[in-house]
Amino acid sequence: MELFRGVNVDWLKLKWYFLGFSMIFSVAGLIAMGMNWARIGSPVPLGVDFRGGTQIQAQFQQAPNTNRIRLAMDAAGIKDARIQNYDEASNNEVLISLPEQTDETNLDADRIRIVSALQAHYDNPVVLPLRNVMVVGPTVGKQLEKQALLATLYSMLGMLVYLWFRFQLIYGVAAVVACFHDTLITVGAFALLNKEISLTVIAAILTLVGYSMNDTIVVFDRIRENLRLSRRESLPDVVNRSINQTLSRTVLTSGLTFLTVLSLYIFGGQVLNGFSLALVIGILIGTYSSIAVAAPMLVAWQEWRARQGKAAVLPAAKRARV
Amino acid sequence: MKKNLNNKIALIIAVLVIFVYGIIGVPSGVTGKALTEAVTKRIHLGLDLRGGAHLILQVVVSEAVSAETDNTVGRIQQDLKKANLSFSQVYKPDPAKPEAIRVEGVAAGKASDMRTALEDKYSNEYDVTGGGADASFTLTMKQPVEKALKDRTVLQAIETIRDRVDTLGVSEPVIAPYGLGDYQILVELPGIDDLDRVKSIIQSTARLEIHAVVGGPYKDDQEALSSAGGAVPSDEELVHGSGTVGNGSESDSVWLLHRVSVVAGQDFRSADPGTDQNGRRNVQFTLTNEAGDKFYEYTSTNVGQSMAVVMGGRVKEVAKIQSAIRDRGEITGSFSPEEVEILSKMLRTGALPASLNYLEDRTVGASLGADSIHQGVTAAIVGVLVVMAFMLFYYRGSGINADLALFLNLVILLGFMGFSGATLTLPGIAGVILTIGMGVDSNVLIFERIREEVRAGKAPSAAVDQGFAHAWVTIVDTHVTTIVSAAILFMFGTGPVKGFAVTLTFGLLANLFTAVYVSRVIFDAHLNKLKPGELVSI
Repeated sequence: MELFRGVNVDWLKLKWYFLGFSMIFSVAGLIAMGMNWARIGSPVPLGVDFRGGTQIQAQFQQAPNTNRIRLAMDAAGIKDARIQNYDEASNNEVLISLPEQTDETNLDADRIRIVSALQAHYDNPVVLPLRNVMVVGPTVGKQLEKQALLATLYSMLGMLVYLWFRFQLIYGVAAVVACFHDTLITVGAFALLNKEISLTVIAAILTLVGYSMNDTIVVFDRIRENLRLSRRESLPDVVNRSINQTLSRTVLTSGLTFLTVLSLYIFGGQVLNGFSLALVIGILIGTYSSIAVAAPMLVAWQEWRARQGKAAVLPAAKRARV
Repeated sequence: MKKNLNNKIALIIAVLVIFVYGIIGVPSGVTGKALTEAVTKRIHLGLDLRGGAHLILQVVVSEAVSAETDNTVGRIQQDLKKANLSFSQVYKPDPAKPEAIRVEGVAAGKASDMRTALEDKYSNEYDVTGGGADASFTLTMKQPVEKALKDRTVLQAIETIRDRVDTLGVSEPVIAPYGLGDYQILVELPGIDDLDRVKSIIQSTARLEIHAVVGGPYKDDQEALSSAGGAVPSDEELVHGSGTVGNGSESDSVWLLHRVSVVAGQDFRSADPGTDQNGRRNVQFTLTNEAGDKFYEYTSTNVGQSMAVVMGGRVKEVAKIQSAIRDRGEITGSFSPEEVEILSKMLRTGALPASLNYLEDRTVGASLGADSIHQGVTAAIVGVLVVMAFMLFYYRGSGINADLALFLNLVILLGFMGFSGATLTLPGIAGVILTIGMGVDSNVLIFERIREEVRAGKAPSAAVDQGFAHAWVTIVDTHVTTIVSAAILFMFGTGPVKGFAVTLTFGLLANLFTAVYVSRVIFDAHLNKLKPGELVSI
């Protein structure tokens, strides 16, 4: 069986549609981030590992009632508790969060207060030991935030350097711009959907940076090869042909990776929910961006150079050294 | 050619056997239970999968610096008295800067003698400045000395925590410096979900000290202050204790104590819980020889005075010194049974050099861990089956090739985990699943290229040759970039995220072997059997 045999699409002709599509999603994400910023002081809702505070995943013997839990919290004088149902209803689980404590010498106090409030004021017994407890102080949250940003930046920088070394600087720049585009849209989607970004979501974003880079490199490799083989063909033609030649691979691989990630999203459970969501979005966007952002950038760069009166031809990248 | 191929197949089978051993070792049987047992023995599960507690502790290193300079203050006073150099006071001017000591009121004309005396003894650890018009000197602990002291404090704290955790009987605890911050410690205790007990063992380790009592008990801070003449002298401090120790009521009472302790945590050699003749709970202790001498000197010259037992910053007992004590004693105080137990455990295992703050704690219940394993494994199996089925459907004969390579990839990946002792976390399982998706990418690249070559009219063996040669360049580039990002994740990540980076990297490395080498060998074997004119099934 074969899909995409002898495809011949003029991708570059579609570049204005691509630009419009990317702009709509990026801008929507940015607006959502801006609104979040005004509302909660950070562009995306942050998971407890970044924002700090106490979060308890409690399981009850019977179906829990969040209102009654709230009353129990009030009765014990616990303010600002956020109470939400968690996972499937049949699990009888509730997530109870309290905002950050500033007193680092006694971080644990909130957990103890919540548990004793539940035991004293709610007749539906909470299952002990608790399913999951996270207590994060302000220091650690800040450290993690910094590290996560640095990790994302360094990993893009590392790839830029590698591509510079293997291809040419402009290839690296185009690939990194495409990755940045993917990251922006994925984070924007989290802002739009009001989903929390936790440490594992950051891991997913870094993975999709790598993945999107993969896709882009496959196309670039083909461009490099074709440029060497046919010196007389114009760059837009070469780029188009390269995208078309690798299209079946791109769609197949993305499709298969998408299927595995989808299976993770469906069967992987609540803990991995944010992680797999980021990958589900990221793989779609990453595939799109290698065709619609990275490759057209090479052409746009060459056209810009031509207008500046510089050497018009994108020199074939360095020879593959393998 | 044929012999060469046989060698290659033998190599692949050898690799398979080695990595299967990596996963299960030598199982005690072939039943499902024996196999599961064998696997869990070889592959370490992270806290998020087996349940347990994860803590990040901040060592308050400034306390260790402060204790060190407190000692030095005492030594300076003695040295100067011995050398007949007069001064009005030796003290630490700023509580926020525990590394600085000030010597004030130096007699006129003695400034240079004083400088010589101070530099003579203390210039190794301290910078000595001053001696000008204000007749005072400042000793500041040297940066490298201070840094070394702080580092040593963290290491000591780790040793002490390890000793204490060992008394809990936790298997495979992790107690290590935590890289993200300064002077922080990571503690991971698999299988522990009762954090309260763990914390009371680790933390209440706040220092145990015996201080000389200057005055008290007072009703509150104000009364204490006014009795001290409005301000607490720099070598003294106010310490609270429960009323039952002092005034017999529930409210706090306050004592004025000498800041420098007579004996502190590390001076205790042994300690055991017991009861005194009246049946009250107590702790019976023995001091080290050196501390015993010090304690004897102090108690013999201060008979009739009071001393206070301070634990965790609170007065636990105040006792009148009846006679000189050398190295044995009892502490009877307002202790609960747990406190006595913990106190003696603490004293036995050595004291923490500084107190600890909790920066983060995460506890995963064992039931959640078991659910996570179940969900992760389900997702992985579904993912593998879907991908394998698709490859068979789409590439027919060559699909078998890709599926074999994929299977071998998973075996090698898990075998790596078994051999290296790396930890498998829930995001790690996600990494395995991603590896499945990315693993077939190399095969897809190769197969698509072979199809192109076949379409271009090449003979089967030439098409396979060309397909592998062209795809190889791309495969190297894609793998290197992904490994770069995995490596950065590994460097910056903590716990679960590290687990993800590990499986992703192992998976990619294994993939270079399986998708390229193994898959090539299978193709060659297939090509050998082709009759002239027959096409490759792709």
